[in-house]
Amino acid sequence: MKSGISIFIATLVALGASWCGFVLAPTLQLGGAKQTVVLQSTDNWPLQRTGAATLGLQVYRAYGCAACHTEQVRQDGAAFEVTLTDLGTHKPDEFTAFAKSLFVLPELADYTNAMSDNLKGWNGGVPKALLVCTDKDIASEMGDRLKAAGVNSETRIVATGPDITRGWGSRLSVAADYLYDQPVQLGSLRAGPDLANIGVRAPDARWQLQHLYAPKSITPGSTMPSFKFLFEVRPKINGEASPEALTLPKEFAAEAGYEVVPKPEAKELAAYLLSLKANVPLYEAPFTPLAATK
Amino acid sequence: MNPTENTTSRPNELEASLRVPLLALFGGAAVWLVVGLGLGLIAGIKFHAPDFLGGCPLFTYGRVAPAANDAVLYGFCIPAALGVALWIFARLSRSPLALPLVPVVAANLWHLGVFVGTAGILLGDSTGHTWLEYPRAAAVLLFAAFLLIAVSAAATFGWRKENPLYPSHWFLLAALLWFPWIYSTANLFLNSNQVPRGVVQPIIAWWFANNLVFVWLALMGIGTAFYFLPKIAGRPLANSGYVLFAFLTLIFFGTWCGIPQSAPVPAWLPVLSSVAAALTLLPLLAITIVTWKTVCGAGVACKGGPFCFIRFGVLCFIISGVLYVSAACPQYSRILEFTWFGTAQTQLQLLGFTAMILFGAVYELLPAVMGKPLPLPKAVRLHSWLGTAGVLLLVVPLVLAGMAQGGKLADATVPFAEVNSAALKFLRISTTGQLLILLGALLFAANILIMTIQWKLGLAKTVIAYIKSPLETAPVTLRSGAGEVKS
Repeated sequence: MKSGISIFIATLVALGASWCGFVLAPTLQLGGAKQTVVLQSTDNWPLQRTGAATLGLQVYRAYGCAACHTEQVRQDGAAFEVTLTDLGTHKPDEFTAFAKSLFVLPELADYTNAMSDNLKGWNGGVPKALLVCTDKDIASEMGDRLKAAGVNSETRIVATGPDITRGWGSRLSVAADYLYDQPVQLGSLRAGPDLANIGVRAPDARWQLQHLYAPKSITPGSTMPSFKFLFEVRPKINGEASPEALTLPKEFAAEAGYEVVPKPEAKELAAYLLSLKANVPLYEAPFTPLAATK
Repeated sequence: MNPTENTTSRPNELEASLRVPLLALFGGAAVWLVVGLGLGLIAGIKFHAPDFLGGCPLFTYGRVAPAANDAVLYGFCIPAALGVALWIFARLSRSPLALPLVPVVAANLWHLGVFVGTAGILLGDSTGHTWLEYPRAAAVLLFAAFLLIAVSAAATFGWRKENPLYPSHWFLLAALLWFPWIYSTANLFLNSNQVPRGVVQPIIAWWFANNLVFVWLALMGIGTAFYFLPKIAGRPLANSGYVLFAFLTLIFFGTWCGIPQSAPVPAWLPVLSSVAAALTLLPLLAITIVTWKTVCGAGVACKGGPFCFIRFGVLCFIISGVLYVSAACPQYSRILEFTWFGTAQTQLQLLGFTAMILFGAVYELLPAVMGKPLPLPKAVRLHSWLGTAGVLLLVVPLVLAGMAQGGKLADATVPFAEVNSAALKFLRISTTGQLLILLGALLFAANILIMTIQWKLGLAKTVIAYIKSPLETAPVTLRSGAGEVKS
């Protein structure tokens, strides 16, 4: 490095290469991405948001919600899940006893144990996940035996991993999910739970609004701050509550004669949160949805 | 290769030419540092009392936290590093600063830009991309100000009287080219009317954040450290071959890091990033060896002086680099991603590495530039202790918090509330660290601001004496120090 020119060239080459790699190439590869098609369906994905939800994304950005929440589900792998869909004429305790005799070979004892763990405290409600295994033969053999016993079951491909087990999503998040986000706010810290599927987990707008107004009224001990300033506390008109007013537990409610109503920003934010659903199978992230919810 | 030169021709002229630009850059930087750390403390308190200042949308966590980070990075680290770089360029060129008025204008533009940006974030005008939150108006101001400072630095470099290049030159010149490129790219792609669709946005934002927070700060910080360490130690920088190796591997490999391992993007991007991160261990190793050989056995008594700050800063850089590389390793990233670990690494990079080196450099160069000792010399030593303890108390608990949180997050049987409370214990300690760093920053700001006020008073006295002097006698010659204002 004898002269300024050589430093200039070295810098140009080094930064230029990474610019081509991480700015130009992704723009060429993904910058013109279009809607894709849901697996085994003719539906398009993702769907454009409604007007209120599009405005809500800007509210989410303006209050920096992504400082504490990610919008991204991770997945470790995939497995076969045998789900009980119909007990037929059997009683739950009969079935639990029968499940123990499904696999007699000693090397399959792990499956029997896993199944008894899953059935512990089961009250007979269906669909009920019985077994998750990575061996396709075991899963299909089990399905056959259940059928022979007069019990209906379904074998599905499911995603695995802690995020999935927590119920934060049914598959990993992929690039296509973010096509209509502007800006895309993946987040980098989970001080709060992941929100990629909050619209699936909590599909009720009133729940969302109450949670924004008083997080502790829903999750005691929550570290989420209250977004009170997105709500208006106003006197009831003629003593009658507005249909939009929140129904709050006593210790969070406004004083007598007053009601808490969401401002437009709060409603937009709630609409955005409800629009966060990445629950359809895609070519790059396959899984089998439950027949009942198909 | 050692810049232990004594400024030859008219040393006063060299220092005097830097006086106004450096005071403008450092003064504003010190104020933004205090503001940024204050906002950071508010953000930290919110994790213990979520409804602290809760009624005010300006101070909601999602606004205060990025405003605090950006105020420290854009408000303090960048202008202070540029000020130090201008001084190093003038010293190594053995000539006064070229175009000394340009950086003065630029410093004010820059600080105005940071003000606009901080206000923008607090009012909800953030772009939503990490480290690029400042709205368009602020970005334009910052970009223009950077170019002006770079022009002055490049001119000083071009008109140098000494021909050979020092290692510091490599790092600092590369940094001058680096920032305009990454900042313009990021803003033109993400902060314009036509943004690319979908996940291209976070990819570009990650590229930018890595190139600014990891590579740019490394270039500036290590370039500065490699000037001051040998100078204070009074011995040449060891192994200049290793230095060149460190420089080249840093710019060639470091620039490819930064894409998170589980990002919902085509798989080649995170894979490339993780390979680059592994290769980034090479410059870290080379910098460790060079620093070790230069510092050890130098026989410099540290005593909480500038040497102490800079040595600690380089140590923090190496640790922060190792944390950065380990977070890019697929196995660890599965656990450490989405936890406080990432925050720990960036805070170490900003407050442990960059800020400590800049403190040391400013304490070392300011008395020379102003031609008089610091007004509060004892505060430097206190600041050194507060800074060191503060960084340790801030970063170590955050790293542990990240590990605890990550371990519990990976176990789906642990309820999420428990995951969160595992981290909260550690956050209480790290808030104490933030407080200590803030106290140290107040001492730093006090030293600079008192110095500025003293200098302005001296200037005013000279002017008054000049006006009062009888007209028939020859006018009082202006003291050096007021002279450069005319140029």
